[in-house]
Amino acid sequence: MTVKSVAILDHGLCNIHSIARSFEQCGANVSVVTQAKDICSADRLVLPGVGAFSATVKILRAGGYEDAIKEFAKIKERPLLGVCLGMQLLADTSEEGGMETGLGLVPGRVVRLNASKGERIPHVGWNEVMLRSQSRLFSDIPNCSDFYFVHSYKFVCEDNYVIGVTDYCGGFVSAVSLGNVSGVQFHPEKSQGFGRKVLNNFMLA
Amino acid sequence: MLKTRVIPTLLFKDFGLVKGKKFDSWRRVGSAMQAVSVYNMRDVDELIFLDISASPNGAEPDFEQVEELARECNMPLTVGGGVNKVSDIRKLLEVGADKVAINTAAYYKQGLVEEASKLFGSQCIVASVDVSTGSGEPEVVACCGTKQTGLRPVDAVKRLEASGAGEILLTSIDNDGLMNGYDIDLIKSVVEAVSIPVIASGGAGTYQHMVDAIVVGGASAVAAASIFHFTECTPSQARDYLRLNGIPTRK
Repeated sequence: MTVKSVAILDHGLCNIHSIARSFEQCGANVSVVTQAKDICSADRLVLPGVGAFSATVKILRAGGYEDAIKEFAKIKERPLLGVCLGMQLLADTSEEGGMETGLGLVPGRVVRLNASKGERIPHVGWNEVMLRSQSRLFSDIPNCSDFYFVHSYKFVCEDNYVIGVTDYCGGFVSAVSLGNVSGVQFHPEKSQGFGRKVLNNFMLA
Repeated sequence: MLKTRVIPTLLFKDFGLVKGKKFDSWRRVGSAMQAVSVYNMRDVDELIFLDISASPNGAEPDFEQVEELARECNMPLTVGGGVNKVSDIRKLLEVGADKVAINTAAYYKQGLVEEASKLFGSQCIVASVDVSTGSGEPEVVACCGTKQTGLRPVDAVKRLEASGAGEILLTSIDNDGLMNGYDIDLIKSVVEAVSIPVIASGGAGTYQHMVDAIVVGGASAVAAASIFHFTECTPSQARDYLRLNGIPTRK
C-alpha cells in the first residue's frame, strides 16, 4: 500500500507540530508547506488552528496562500480539512477582529459565541459532538464522543453543510462538510483516540 | 455538555520536576518526560507545564525541552515560565504548546497580553495569577512568589480579561502544597469578577476539595500537583468522583 501524503499549511501563527505529529502517527507522509506555490501540488491539505481570524486572513492574502488554497479546493477538488480557526477560515466572513472576508469555501459566517447563564467564553475543554449526518470524517466514531475545544467564535451555516453540532452557548456547529472540503471546530490532534480517528478518516478521503 | 477538566500541573525547576509548599521547600519528584508520558497514557484532560525558575533567573523558556514534551502529548498542553515577549509565545506554539501561560510579564510588560491575544487569539493566552495573603489582604505576587505587585486579585483579573486573556490560572500561594483544600473565597471572588474560565490551583488534597472548588467556588477546571505526586490519587479517579457528585467529566 502506498503511504498517503498530507500537507499542513504553516503561515506562521500556528502550532503545526501537534497536528503534524498526529498525522505521522496515522502513518501519513506529512509535509509542512510554507510557500503558496507548494499548496497545489499536495494530495491533501490541512489548515490548522490557533491564531486570530483577521491576523491570519491578512497573512493568507499577503503570502498568496488564499488563491492557492482556493485553486486546490475548487479546481483540483482535492481533500481539504480546516481545524479550529482553519474551519472558520472556510467561511465567507468573520466578525473576529473587525469584519473580515474568509476563503468562502463553505458558505457561512463566523460570529462570537453568545454565553447563556453560567457559561464562560472561550469554550474550553472536552465536549460532545452530536453527529447530524453520515460523513466519512466521523466514520466508526460513536455519536456524542468527546473532543477538545478551545474557541470564542462559531461557524454559522445552513443545515446541509453541518455534520456535527455541540451543545454550548445555545449549540453551535462543530463540524462542516461540503464536497471535498471539511472542517472541525475541535482539535483532533489533541483529542486522543477519537481525534486520531478523525485524522485517519481524512487520510482515507 | 462541556466537561469540567482535571489538570495535573508539572512544575519544572533547573533539571527536573519539583513540588513545594507555599512556593518554597521544593522537593524533586522525577523527570518531566516520564510524567508526561504517564499522563498521556492515562488520558488526562489537559496538562500544565510551568518552568518556575525561568522568570526568577531571567531566562527565556526552554524551547527544546517543551518540544520534547509536546511530542509525547496527545492532549492539550499549556506551557508557562519565562514568557516575556510575543516571540516567546510564537516559538512555544511552534514547538507544540497549545496554550501559553503568562505570569510576571503580564504585570510588567505593558501591552503583551493584548498584543498576544490579538495575534494568536484569546483562546491560547492563559493569564497565570499567583495570590498571597501574607500581607493581610490578598495580593498578586509575580516572579514565582518573589515580587509583590500591589495588585488586588479582583482588579488584576479584570484587567487581564480586558486585555484579552482567555483563561485565568488562579493559584493560592498560601494553600499551595499543603493539601488542605483550595482557597474557595479567592476562587469565588475571581470567578465573579470575570466571565472567562477560571482554573483553580493550589491546595488540592482530596477529590472533595476539587468538588468544593467547582461547586462552591465556581471554577471551570481544577489543577493539582501534590495530590497526584504524593498520594495514590489519579486524575481519572478524580473525574469519576466529580461525576458521582453531579459534575460532568470525561468518562
